[in-house]
Amino acid sequence: MKGILSWGTHLPYRRLDRSTIAAVAGTGGGKGTRSVASFDEDATTMGVEAARSAIERSTVAPESLWFSTVAVPYLDKTNATTIHAALRLGSHVAAFDANGSVKSAVGALHAALSMDAPALVVSSDLRSGLPGSTDESAGGDGAAALLVGSSSQGVLLAEYIARGTATEEFLDRWRTPGDNRSKLWEERFGETRYAALAPTAWAAALAQAGLQASDVDHLVVTGTHDRANTSVARSLGARTEALVDSLAATVGNTGAAHPALLLASALESATPNQVIALVVLADGVEVMLFRTTDALASYEPRRTVAAQVNSVGAITYGRFLAWRGMLTVEPPRRPEPSRPSATATGRSREWKFGFVGSVNDEGEVHMPPSRLDSERRAMADAHGTIVTYTLDKLSYSLNPPVVFAVVDFDHGGRLPIELTDVDAAEVAIGGRVEMTFRKLFTADGVHNYFWKARPIRGEHQENGAS
Amino acid sequence: MASHGIKNRVAIIGMGCTRFTEHWDKGLDDLLIESSDLAFKSAGIAKQDIDAYWFGTAQSAMSGIALARPLQLQGKPVTRVENYCATGSEALRQACYAVASGAYDSAMAIGAEKVKDSGMQGLNAFPVPNDGTARTLTAAAMFSMVAPAYAQKYGVERGDLKRVLARIASKNHANGAKNPLAQFRKEMSVDQLCAMPAVAGDLSVFDCAGVADGSAAAIVVRAEDAHKYTDKPLYIKALSMVAGNGSGLMDPSYDYTTFPEIVQCAADAYAQAGITDPRNQLAMAEVHDCFTPTELVLMEDLGFCPRGTAWSEINNGSFDLDGDLPVNPDGGLKSFGHPTGASGLRMMYEAWLQLRGEAPIERRISTYGKRNLALTHNLGGYPGEMVSFISILGTELD
Repeated sequence: MKGILSWGTHLPYRRLDRSTIAAVAGTGGGKGTRSVASFDEDATTMGVEAARSAIERSTVAPESLWFSTVAVPYLDKTNATTIHAALRLGSHVAAFDANGSVKSAVGALHAALSMDAPALVVSSDLRSGLPGSTDESAGGDGAAALLVGSSSQGVLLAEYIARGTATEEFLDRWRTPGDNRSKLWEERFGETRYAALAPTAWAAALAQAGLQASDVDHLVVTGTHDRANTSVARSLGARTEALVDSLAATVGNTGAAHPALLLASALESATPNQVIALVVLADGVEVMLFRTTDALASYEPRRTVAAQVNSVGAITYGRFLAWRGMLTVEPPRRPEPSRPSATATGRSREWKFGFVGSVNDEGEVHMPPSRLDSERRAMADAHGTIVTYTLDKLSYSLNPPVVFAVVDFDHGGRLPIELTDVDAAEVAIGGRVEMTFRKLFTADGVHNYFWKARPIRGEHQENGAS
Repeated sequence: MASHGIKNRVAIIGMGCTRFTEHWDKGLDDLLIESSDLAFKSAGIAKQDIDAYWFGTAQSAMSGIALARPLQLQGKPVTRVENYCATGSEALRQACYAVASGAYDSAMAIGAEKVKDSGMQGLNAFPVPNDGTARTLTAAAMFSMVAPAYAQKYGVERGDLKRVLARIASKNHANGAKNPLAQFRKEMSVDQLCAMPAVAGDLSVFDCAGVADGSAAAIVVRAEDAHKYTDKPLYIKALSMVAGNGSGLMDPSYDYTTFPEIVQCAADAYAQAGITDPRNQLAMAEVHDCFTPTELVLMEDLGFCPRGTAWSEINNGSFDLDGDLPVNPDGGLKSFGHPTGASGLRMMYEAWLQLRGEAPIERRISTYGKRNLALTHNLGGYPGEMVSFISILGTELD
C-alpha cells in the first residue's frame, strides 16, 4: 500500500489586506487577506521550508525529490537541486523539476505515488497579476511538501486508495513565459468544461475505492478557476460539512502549492480511518482518494497550516507591489552586489545551502566551517538567542533597513546574521530565533541563496526542535 | 619567539600630508605627488635619494607601479601594501623594518586613497569573487553594536551614552575646526549632534568618519643618520601589529565592549617602547575613531583609563585638546577625514607636528613640552575581526 509518510507546509509571514488595494489601484481588492512571500523568498526557498518540515517528521529518507511551481526561479537549471542541497540529501537522491503549469504539482504527486521508492514531492508558488486584478487579490503564496512511500518503508499516515482522471485540452487560463500576469478566457467556458469533466474522474475514483460520495469525510476541491471550484464541489454529492476550507479568506489561492497545502490542512483536522478526497481542477480533473490511518492521531506537524494562518504580520500594498516588481522604487545608493561565484559556491555547498558548520577539538563551533576542523555540525535546525542587534539603513537591501543580529545558538556557535520576517520595533536582546532558507539577492540572474534568522513564533514555539 | 621591536633604531626625518577632502579636481597621481613633494621638502632630500618605497592604498590602485609612474621613479623598489584601514601604518612599518635591517639607508612610506570617484557614498571595496554568504552589513552597523553592549555592561543609560558619543564627535569637530588640512572644519555641539537621525543602530552620519580623498608620506632613515637631515627627528619607539582571526564573530563569550586585537597590540607596543603608564607617559594619541563608539572603547583598550570609566572620562574632558591626554588633536578620522590608505600616516603627521612644536598655538596639545611620546592607533575591520596597528613615536633617544 502506498501513501503519505509525512507532510510539511510553509506560509509566508506577511499578509496583504485586500481592502487596501483599491485605494491605490483604483479597482480590485475585496475582503480578507492574502499571503505574501517576503522579498527574500521565492518558490525554491518556500519549498525548502515546507520540505524541511516534512523531512523532520519522518524517519524515512526519500530517494527522489520532485519540485513543482509556476513561479520558476530558474529555467534550464534545475531548481530542485537547490532544495536537495538545503535538505542535505545525499547525491544518490535524485532531484527533478516538474514545472510550468499548476497541474504539474498534482502530476508529480501522482507520479511519486506510483514509484517503488519513497519520494518527496514539493510544490510551491507565488501568485499575482496586474495591480487591481482578481489574480492579484485572490492569489496567495505558499508551499507544501509530501513525503510519500509504501507501508513497507514507513508508517503511513494516509493510504492512497484510488484515483480518477479526466484530461482535455481547452483554453481557460494561460501565460506567456516571462509575463507577470496570466490571461483568462471568458469564465463561463472554463466552468462548463470542468463541470463536464469532474463527474468522470470522480466516479472512476470512487468506483476504484468502492466508495460512495457520502463516504468522503474531507473534500478538497481546488484549481485555478474559482467559480468552477465552487460549482464542482457542490455537484459531487459529498456531504456539505465535508468540504475543506479553501483558505481564500486568509491565504488566497497558492496555485501549484494549493492542492498539497489543502490536503495537509485536511490531514490536520482529520481523525483516523477517514476518507479524504483531493479534486484538482487544472486543464482537466484529477481525483485522488486517501484513507487516514491510526498513526495520524499521533502525528504532529512541525507547523500546522492553522498556526501559520494565524501567525502573521501586515504588509502595505505599496511594499507588496515593490516586492513583486510591479512598482520600481529608488534603489539604495550603494554598489549592487556582484553575482556569487559558481566555483566558490560549489566548494562551500555544505555551508551555503545546508548551513553546516564545524567543531574543533575544544568544542568551538565555526560558521562557516573551518578547514582545520574534522567534525561537521548541521546548524539549520538549531534555535538561538539574540545577543545584540542593529538596524542598518546604509547597506544594500531590497527592503531597508537591514535588521541584523548577533545570534548565539543553543548548543554552541555564534553568528552575526540578518533577521527576516521581522519588524524593527519588535527586535529585542534575548529574542528567540530559528533559521530559514532565503534568497539574499539576485545578480546577473543568479539567485544568491543563503540562510537568515527569524523570530520563533506561533504554535511550534520552542517545541524542542534542535 | 618574541616581538623585539626596533626601539630607537629608525627615525622619521620628513613628512607631508595633503588636505583630506573631496578632491573632485585631483586624482590619485596628484595626491601622491603632493604628499611626497611635501615630505621630500620637509626632509630636504630629493626622490632619487630615497632607496625604497612602500606605497599603501586599500583600493585605489594595485602594485608599486601606481607610485613609480606618477613620481617617475627610476629603478626603485616600490611595494604596494594593503591591510584594510591600517594600510598607511603598514606601509610605514615595512619601510622602518627595511631601514632597520640595513637593507636600505632611506625609505619612504606613502599612503593614499582616492575614494570619491566611485559615485557612491561610503567606502566600497573591490568585490572578490565569493560564495555569496559573506556578511554585507556596513561598518557603521557593525560598530553600532558596541554602544548598547557598553551601556548595558557598565550600567550607562542609552541616552547618556548617546551624549558621550556626541561629545567624542564634538571634541573631534572642535579640533578639526582649527586644522586647515581637515575635511570638516565646523564645530558641532553635543545637542546638534544628538539631534541627527540614526542611520545604523543609534549612530548618525555624524558618528562616522568623514569619507575623503587624501595622501600622507613619511621618510625614514637609521636613527644615527637622522641629525644629518633634521634637528628634530621622531624616533620609532614601537611598531606593533595584530591581525585577528575572526574568532570574535563566532565566540559566544565576546561581548562587543572591547577589541581584543587592540588590547594585545597595545601590550606589545608598550613592551617594545618600555611604557608602563600610558595615561601619564604619552603626550598625545591619535586613535582610529572610525565611529564614535570605537573611540570610546579604545580609551580602555589602549589603557588610557580603567574599564567602564571611559564614558565619564570623556564627559570630564580628559581627552580634550586641553585635557590630561589629548586624543585626536588633529580632528581624527571623524573630522580630518578617512582616506583609508593615508590615515595611518596622517596620524603620524599630527604626532610629527605636535611633538616638534610645529602645531600652531591655537591647537597645541596641553602636554607640549612636558612629555615627548605620541601613540598612533590604526585599525581595519570590524568588532570581532580586525587588524590593529600601534606606533609609539618620541623625540628623544633615551
